[in-house]
Amino acid sequence: MAQATRKKPIASEVDTALEARLAAQPHFRTLRLGTPFQPRIDALGLKQDWYSWAGYRAPHSLWDEELEYFAIRSQAALFDISPMTKYRIEGPGAEAYLDRVTLRDVTRLQPGRVHYTAWCDDDGFVLDDGTLFRLSPTRFRLCSQERHLPWLLDSAIGYEVSIEEETEAVAGLALQGPTSFAILRDAGFAGVERLKVFDLAEFAHDGATVTISRTGFTGDLGYELFVPADKALSLWDRLMMAGELRGIRAIGYTALNRARLEAGLIVANADFTTSEHAIRADRLRMPDEIGLGFLVDPEKGHFNGRRAIFEARTKKKLRHVLVGLEIEGNIPAEHAIVYYRKSQEVGLVSAAMWSPMAKRNIAIASLQRPYGDTIVDDLWVEIYAMRELQYQKLMKKAKVVQRPFIKLDRRTASPPADF
Amino acid sequence: MKAWDAIVIGGGHNGLVNACYLQRAGLDVLVVEKNDWVGGAATSRELTPGFLYSNCSYVCSLFRPEIMRDLELPRFGLQVISYDGGAVFTRDGDYLANYRDHDAHRREFARFSRRDAEAYDRYSRDVTRQCRFIQPLLMRTAPDPTSFKPRDLGELLFLGKKFAGLTAEEMALTLRFWTMSISDFLDEYFETDVIKANFALSGIIGTALGPMSPGTAYVLLHHYMGEVDGSVGAWGYARGGMGAVTKALAASFRASGGTIRTGAEVDHVLVRNGRAKGVVLAGGEEIYGKLVISNADVKRTFLKLVEERELPDIFLRRVRNFKIRGSSGKVNIALDSLPEFPALPKDSPVYRADMHFTDSIERMERAYDDWKAGRWSADPFLDMMIPTTLDPTMAPPGKHFMSCFVQYAPPKIDGRDWTDADRDGFAESVIAQIAAYSPGFRDRIVHMEVRTPREIEAEVGLTEGNIFQGELTFDQLLFNRPVPGYAQYRSPVGGLYMCGSSTHPGGGVMGAPGRNAAAEILRDLAKPTSHMSPAHDVI
Amino acid sequence: MTSSEVNWDAIVIGGGHNGLVAAATLAKSGRKVLLLEAGSDLGGAARTEEFAPGFRVSAVAHLLNRLHPDVVKTLELERHGLKVERADFMPSVALSKDGSLVLHGAYGEVLTGASPTEQSAWKELRAQLLRYAGVLKPFLSRRPPDLAGMSIAEMTGLGQTALALKRLGKEDMRDFLRVLLMNVYDLLDEQLSDDRLKGLLAFDATLGSHLGPRSPTSLLGLYYRLAGEIGGLAGAQMLPKGGMGAVVTAIRAAAEQAGVSIRPASPVAKVVVEKGRAIGVVTQGGETLRAKTVVSATNPATTILDLVGPREVDTGFVRKVKNIRMKGDAAKLHLALDRPPQFSGVDAAGHKGRLVIAPSPDHVERAFNPSKYGEFSPEPVMEITLPSLADVSLAPSGACVLSAVVQYAPYALRAGWAAGRPQFLKAIMAQLETYAPGIGATVRHAELLTPADIEARYRMPGGHWHHGELQADQMLMSRPVSGWSGYDTPLEGLFLAGAGSHPGGGISGAPGLNAARRIIAMRA
Repeated sequence: MAQATRKKPIASEVDTALEARLAAQPHFRTLRLGTPFQPRIDALGLKQDWYSWAGYRAPHSLWDEELEYFAIRSQAALFDISPMTKYRIEGPGAEAYLDRVTLRDVTRLQPGRVHYTAWCDDDGFVLDDGTLFRLSPTRFRLCSQERHLPWLLDSAIGYEVSIEEETEAVAGLALQGPTSFAILRDAGFAGVERLKVFDLAEFAHDGATVTISRTGFTGDLGYELFVPADKALSLWDRLMMAGELRGIRAIGYTALNRARLEAGLIVANADFTTSEHAIRADRLRMPDEIGLGFLVDPEKGHFNGRRAIFEARTKKKLRHVLVGLEIEGNIPAEHAIVYYRKSQEVGLVSAAMWSPMAKRNIAIASLQRPYGDTIVDDLWVEIYAMRELQYQKLMKKAKVVQRPFIKLDRRTASPPADF
Repeated sequence: MKAWDAIVIGGGHNGLVNACYLQRAGLDVLVVEKNDWVGGAATSRELTPGFLYSNCSYVCSLFRPEIMRDLELPRFGLQVISYDGGAVFTRDGDYLANYRDHDAHRREFARFSRRDAEAYDRYSRDVTRQCRFIQPLLMRTAPDPTSFKPRDLGELLFLGKKFAGLTAEEMALTLRFWTMSISDFLDEYFETDVIKANFALSGIIGTALGPMSPGTAYVLLHHYMGEVDGSVGAWGYARGGMGAVTKALAASFRASGGTIRTGAEVDHVLVRNGRAKGVVLAGGEEIYGKLVISNADVKRTFLKLVEERELPDIFLRRVRNFKIRGSSGKVNIALDSLPEFPALPKDSPVYRADMHFTDSIERMERAYDDWKAGRWSADPFLDMMIPTTLDPTMAPPGKHFMSCFVQYAPPKIDGRDWTDADRDGFAESVIAQIAAYSPGFRDRIVHMEVRTPREIEAEVGLTEGNIFQGELTFDQLLFNRPVPGYAQYRSPVGGLYMCGSSTHPGGGVMGAPGRNAAAEILRDLAKPTSHMSPAHDVI
Repeated sequence: MTSSEVNWDAIVIGGGHNGLVAAATLAKSGRKVLLLEAGSDLGGAARTEEFAPGFRVSAVAHLLNRLHPDVVKTLELERHGLKVERADFMPSVALSKDGSLVLHGAYGEVLTGASPTEQSAWKELRAQLLRYAGVLKPFLSRRPPDLAGMSIAEMTGLGQTALALKRLGKEDMRDFLRVLLMNVYDLLDEQLSDDRLKGLLAFDATLGSHLGPRSPTSLLGLYYRLAGEIGGLAGAQMLPKGGMGAVVTAIRAAAEQAGVSIRPASPVAKVVVEKGRAIGVVTQGGETLRAKTVVSATNPATTILDLVGPREVDTGFVRKVKNIRMKGDAAKLHLALDRPPQFSGVDAAGHKGRLVIAPSPDHVERAFNPSKYGEFSPEPVMEITLPSLADVSLAPSGACVLSAVVQYAPYALRAGWAAGRPQFLKAIMAQLETYAPGIGATVRHAELLTPADIEARYRMPGGHWHHGELQADQMLMSRPVSGWSGYDTPLEGLFLAGAGSHPGGGISGAPGLNAARRIIAMRA
């Protein structure tokens, strides 16, 4: 042999990081993880109708889509939001840090408050939207659809702040619907009546703490609860027991999706493409192009995308607009093409339904400006309704309307109504 | 004596693709192949009883689906199966797997770094954008930037438009991407050695460059721009081994009336008055043809098969300067049972995927340093897989065939030719690498074929055993491939064309060079090309 | 903190040669300019410093080979004391045990010590290199094209380049396009056969970068070198009388005459930003100075991450800035020698030239290998000058100064430079001893500046004299970062004018001049 072969001993010393890595190896056997609530949801999932929510086994529907929807609107619905991405952001610089990362003025977000916000890249394109919980002066939780750890960490350069992904460690539940307050009160969360909309507070539960906020994704009276994963089941049981007489029902995503559409709320990567996922450059969206322009605070200090957003506003470079539509008839226009004068293609419907609450055929659509912006008349949608293996093609008139499509006083009433 | 409409020298996949398209255009085509079998580097051979060896190329992802359809390859037995991910073993007894499921993939990366796990989407978006830019160029003839012909200007405009269609940010990334090393590129996304190594390997396979060499980010693209049935970037495996590709091509060719002569080595191309008139076989037999198309690499074609006086000096100089560098070898092994990898759970899908043992870019780069010094790598990079886990028909039941692609193996050892002892030493470096992760591996070996650049050149005819018929560096891409001024499949000799991987868009079992060459030939003959599908749209 | 009125049109941060050029050019346009330098002397890495009693040397840069003619003209440097005479041009000597080979005049107008065939091959290659470098040369004094939307001027500029290409003729243009991004190793192999000559060229192509001769794109380094000129001659090189500090003195004189106020020993702590606009600086002394325009001629990463701070810019921009590769790979050696050394086989004229130890491209490549893994070259390659031979003021009578740039010395040495420096010095001395036997015994004092030392002493992060690797992916539109290659920054009123910006480092003044021109054009 002309050359020696280098021997490569396999290291034998095992450190703890390695041990943790090795212990996590078998994850490939479970492609869809269960959430901390999975035993309860499995038991109620009569339809076995699952989908993957960020790698978790989540229900489309548990027993009946329509009745699940009505549970939100007339009783109380329990929806597992554990798969939502959660980041714990903590430190003396956390406020300034988040003020730089997100669009809204975080210095005006008081401890014990929550706000809906969004964040952008340098070009002003939306990376995601989400909710920011201020748990204390120096502690925040950011919840979103997509994952952003590299962006959040790189944004932290120059700030005294730590960022930790805590999706698995923290279980989340949404309790939504008219009886939700009464259920929480009956479950013994004393003081929950003081929570105004977008307030949060911590409550004792099972030797741990549950964070309850008066927030939700339904446009209804409702709360969201975050709890350490190991206390998830006892929290579920506590709510279910307390809610038994007030019609509490667990629900799947289909029902929630209807409620959110009525409330006019948008979903990342359903109603718009987030900038780290957009392969085609024309899919990128600025806040003003997806109806989130109101989040942009021109008064506050520097934030990511500021320069690009204001330049686009000044130079009128905004190319799209997201609008609510009311469509004649009652056939949902999901993914229908929007036309101007029945002929010129000007956009696409991203979500649509017949609203049982509004008794109107509603939709959210993305249009190319000036349509939907300055030109709002003579808009049409072309609906392909599949009926017994045939498309019934319908050209229906669409009217641009304000969102939300329904406004429920009980959502914001304080004190909350005791149904 | 009979004069064929076209004679194709070499029955590799590009030669056969080219021949198929010409035959289907109504030409009477002869393929002459020096070996007793066709296939070039895409072969399946029974080298020991009961075991089929994909003994050269081993992955089928670049092969253009448009060609498979045009030439009805499925009808002739071609079936491509996707790999099930892949893995890199780490020296600490763990491994990093690539799972096909997006979330499993993320969770696997998160075992090493949560940050890297969440960085993958952006990385994947950026690489996909680059692929989408380059893919439409594969099935087109590269423009000549020095020409004012309407066609070249049109193609240049197409390139320009593709580029102008990008955002400023994408343009900037494209410019950087083409000149970056894969190592530097990955540093901008990931922090973990093994994760970087996992991606970097696509930047070096088949090239005489290390992962720290500028330009290797593009090489990664070359490996990613393939697809398996629309799944872009997926690596696939041909059922029955890589020979299934060329078997199907040969069958398709014959079915359309084409003729193949095996065992017919071409000694030289017959040139009269500056025009190719046919070929002369090694035995002296002359075969006449109106056109001659060479599937051999550009050096072999013009430095061995055509006489110097037929070629302009500047062309000859450029051909001599074309870089075809042997950088890899192959060890093919028949096994009497499935090897065990204690680090890998027995039910892991990784057994059906490609496996690697190089867990850092530094180890890859050091392996490359050995190549530069004229040695095979002491700690080689292996792209190893056991195709029989996907296709049990290639070996007797329970037995397996293992394919190990090995880098780096220089064309010469310390400036001299390889010896048998060198070859054995090279093989030992590979076996030792595998055995370090798979105890008892040596005892499972039934038969082994070791192919250094010497063997690959001798059998397949690839100069220096270079799998791409020429390095994929900028000076040899697009309008520079194979040489400036002759990047459109034609040569200075009238009626003599090139159709091998030396031509645009380059190597890998892609078929695009053979197809594009056929399109140019048919254009010269003013024949219709309606039987050639245009490239699938990238939408 | 004290505060004062807006009283400056422009504040230039950093008194290196680019800062001085920018300040002088802006002042000549009628602006009121203040230049702040952190150190007590101006000149940055282009200073002349005493490193041993009586021994003075050009600090980092020791050869003048690319001072841009526009800079010389705009600032009338010859009137301010810069002397460039043809007689000052130095040869390059490729040292070798087989006898040395000399490139005379401007980068080898005449080659001696090589075979006649090699001489004619060199003549052809040299002409080709200069021709191709000439196509690229106009880029040096222009803003890189803006990918987001080109101005008429930029289009015209590119059009001129296209024309220059066409003028090469079809075959030459084809070769140009082929070799543009090639490695230097292969090109040399294609055209030359003498290892000494190839080694020298391979060394020059990779000098100051983290590339080996075999690395694709390494030929660009040679083009960059040959796009430079001095006294109107491309490729010429000289040792300025009085060291590089003398060049800085001339630029400083021009600046002062134009009315620039220069404050040494005034390190800047912060660039003051209000509503996305740079409005001045705060010095480390706590003084706030306001200006309409702030021009930073320091490193781009230092400027953005330290002086501006990441909070005032976007995350993606911070990311890009942090991704600029700027780990230096070259060390500087200064030897105070009892007497001039005698390099074997080199005549007196050769000793006054640039002596290069790079016996072959393979040798350079082997020297490069360890640097990839954070190790220094055991057999380093280097260029040596003996400036005191021509300029006796630099050393005590009879003694001699040796100044050498040595590769490869990775900034992040795995073993750490505290332990590595003496070992590396030993390796360098061993090389020197081979070519100049007995030199070791004459060393009175040795100063070895590793990239870590250069970083600390000259405020150059990574110790990189280009303030960022000068490789294809960090050139032109990508320098210092993509989207911001035209000297402006995301902050209104803040401009970059240092070597980290296009076209890059070396004593050229081009970044400073281009930045000033940009500011003047913007009426900022």
